[in-house]
Amino acid sequence: MSALLQARDLVRCYEGPKSLFGKSPAVRAVDGVNLTLRPGETLGIVGESGSGKSTLGRMLLGIDPPTSGTVAFDGEAMPPLQSPRWRALRAQMQLVYQDPLAALDRRLTIADQIGEPLEIHRLAKGAERSERVRDLMAQVGLRQDQGDRYPHELSGGQRQRVVIARALATSPRLLVCDEPVSALDVSIQAQVVNLLRDLQESHGIAMVFISHDLKVVRNICDHVAVMYLGRIVEEASSDEIFAHPLHPYTRALVSSVPIPGKPLTGRILLKGEPPNPAQRPAGCAFHPRCGSAKPACHVAAPPLEPVALARRAACHLLVSPQDHAA
Amino acid sequence: MTYQAINTAPAPSLIRRFRFKAPLLVTLGLAWLALMALTAICADLVRPYEVTQMDLSARLAAPLTPGHLLGTDDLGRDVLSRLIQSIRVSLVIAFGATILSAVFGTLLGFLAAQFRGTLEHLILVLADFQAALPFLILSLAVLAFFGSSMMLLIGLMGFYGWERYARISRGLAISAGAQGYAAAVVQLGATPVRVYLRHILPNVASTLIVSMTLTFPEIILMESGLSFLGLGVQPPQSSLGNMVGFGREYLTRAPWIMLAPSFIIMMTTLSISLVGDWLRDKLDPTIR
Amino acid sequence: MLTYMLTRVFRAALTILLVMTFAFVVLRLSGDPAAIMLGPDAPTDSVDAFRAEWGLDDPIWKQYFAYLKSIAQLDFGISMRDRSSAIMLVLERLPATLALTVPTLLIQLGIGIPAGVYAALHRQSVADRGVIMLSIFGFTIPSFVMGLLLVLVFAVTLGWLPSGGQDSWRHAILPILTMSVGGIGILARFSRSAMIEVMGQPYIRTAMAKGLSWRDVVWKHALPNASVPIVTIVGFMVGSLIAGAVVVESIFSWPGIGRLLIVSVSNRDLAVVQCLLLVIASSMVIANLCVDFAYGLLDPRLRAKTTAH
Repeated sequence: MSALLQARDLVRCYEGPKSLFGKSPAVRAVDGVNLTLRPGETLGIVGESGSGKSTLGRMLLGIDPPTSGTVAFDGEAMPPLQSPRWRALRAQMQLVYQDPLAALDRRLTIADQIGEPLEIHRLAKGAERSERVRDLMAQVGLRQDQGDRYPHELSGGQRQRVVIARALATSPRLLVCDEPVSALDVSIQAQVVNLLRDLQESHGIAMVFISHDLKVVRNICDHVAVMYLGRIVEEASSDEIFAHPLHPYTRALVSSVPIPGKPLTGRILLKGEPPNPAQRPAGCAFHPRCGSAKPACHVAAPPLEPVALARRAACHLLVSPQDHAA
Repeated sequence: MTYQAINTAPAPSLIRRFRFKAPLLVTLGLAWLALMALTAICADLVRPYEVTQMDLSARLAAPLTPGHLLGTDDLGRDVLSRLIQSIRVSLVIAFGATILSAVFGTLLGFLAAQFRGTLEHLILVLADFQAALPFLILSLAVLAFFGSSMMLLIGLMGFYGWERYARISRGLAISAGAQGYAAAVVQLGATPVRVYLRHILPNVASTLIVSMTLTFPEIILMESGLSFLGLGVQPPQSSLGNMVGFGREYLTRAPWIMLAPSFIIMMTTLSISLVGDWLRDKLDPTIR
Repeated sequence: MLTYMLTRVFRAALTILLVMTFAFVVLRLSGDPAAIMLGPDAPTDSVDAFRAEWGLDDPIWKQYFAYLKSIAQLDFGISMRDRSSAIMLVLERLPATLALTVPTLLIQLGIGIPAGVYAALHRQSVADRGVIMLSIFGFTIPSFVMGLLLVLVFAVTLGWLPSGGQDSWRHAILPILTMSVGGIGILARFSRSAMIEVMGQPYIRTAMAKGLSWRDVVWKHALPNASVPIVTIVGFMVGSLIAGAVVVESIFSWPGIGRLLIVSVSNRDLAVVQCLLLVIASSMVIANLCVDFAYGLLDPRLRAKTTAH
């Protein structure tokens, strides 16, 4: 099966603030990421804040142009930002935002906003559009009478349902969800995650699910990529990564996910500063916080290499452990 | 100065917000403005005499003279009739100029927000220039040298204050586009025209309206100042300012010629300021 | 700081150049000074001679560069009317205008800021409401109305003060009073809102919570922070002060540059009008420049922000 979305060597640099003594060095928010997503597949991207996961998501959608590298959708290169072809392509790929209130126009009713993509892409109008909007609202679990409401009159969970309905309006083939539940109450999170999973399954949409929360990702994704300071450090199927995390960072993340009914034991606590993309450590970026760092980790950054079937990781300890043992 | 204010809690509909009680002074202000607007619209109907109709037998008649409620001027023209006509002229100029400057400024602000880069810098530098120009004095020179006409006056006054709208609309559009609803709509595939007209404009409208209430009285004052100096509206046409200017000659003998239009100017600017302040508090607490 | 100051100075110079260019173009496009100066019945050869003498036959860009060149040599041209030096005419009138504007500014600062600060510190009191009402009243009343009302009351009815002319200090009272009113209103309102905003800030609550005296909180924490927006307004007010002088001098027959402007404009005396616009624009720009520098002293953050921009 051919890839729906293919990212090669994606890099995104942000210029540092200008100071009196010239520009500070550019911050590499995303640094050489390769990804493949097949139609109908779900990929979770996990990382702390500052790991570059949101930037990666925006580049995959073509909203943020990469500094270097390419994104291909359906085998074709991403057209330039804001070009007519880019706009037309929006019907195929949509974004679900972290903060639904900010993503909605406060002066339009939610029915108008859900129907807006249909209007923009001239997919339906008049009674047909109203019908489609009602259908979408039913799919995301909104009551029909809520169509005349304004965003601020709804709860957080309902707003996120509006954003999801709007994203689904054009029947996209790719949905990128950027921390879709982290702004919601914990009690609502599960509902929204389940809704997303059900919709993904019934529509067969390919999905990129970005989150800092491993257990949310596990619930919904086939594959998981773990990011640390702009790079993918481990990539595997969801089950594999939870059963046998390989990278020390993944191990730490997995160890902190509680399992219902069991006490949380063997938790690996990360020490040191949280990652700061402006000051990337030399060598393996994770080494200052790694419990088992070796001298080689201070010197060279490990490449992301296959370690098993459909499984990649970037760690000196895994590729050739005997070198370090010597 | 940057206007980084963000519309924190705009209402979905303006009408819904107007249901609450307005303070007494604001109600009076609104009533006064309604009266002025009505007068301007129906000037031809409510005016007892023609503006230029002279009655040389009744020159400088005092107010409350039968037939001349506010008295007459040096040529026996009815002050009330002239006042009504002047209200129309002054309001048309101020209103036209305010709209012109709001449209022009907002357009430039949106262009700056959309294209950023060089264009944005150019617009911001122009805005700085505008703020530093001795506007009244330049208009004075322009009017004196080109001769005054209604269109020129509106056009000239229309340049007044555009930089405020430009700065506000630019700031609000950028903050809406950074990660807010505007970015979301762009992501849906909307064209910039759609984003600005259907989404950003309705969202910034209340702030822009508040700015208009600040500019409007200033334009009235400027027009009347220019007309007072004899450079604005020219006879036989009359405006509030030039009525004061002519009335000045008869300050000792017939102060009512000058007092009537002065009173109107003051009441109108006062009303707009009160209503504007109130609107600002109600619609947009983040903008000073 | 140096970059900041240099950018500001550069911008200020650019603004002055822009005003000069604008004035030049508008004045040259608007009509033939020869026809005005010599009257419509003047013989053709004297009109031609006049045009040749003043360089009016050259293309406009040539005239423009000639004008810039002479300005650079501090030659501001001579009056077409009586052939005296334009700059001398302006300088002659300047002291009279300063005699009005400087006391006015001092009165505005001396009354407006304390009134606004007092109102802010005593919110909702009778004094606060009084200040609000008076300040709104102050800036909604046009200066020419104010001036005429004062004349009507103090000169015509009561006969206490002269209504026009410039013979003694008593002649200056009404013009200064007229000009002060509006600015006091604006300043009081701005100082009040700036002060109210500052007083609501967390650091003021902290200062009060740690037990500083009320006086120290106001003088050491609130006022310095409120001064930045107030200074901005003062900068803008210098411009309206000059505009106000034009009107007020006209009402009170005060022989300052405002009167000179009106007379020169109606005489189409190009050199004098240009020279006046240059002086007025320069003083406004310099006032704003002073405000910008004052920012640097009052608020180091602003400086940093502007350079980083």
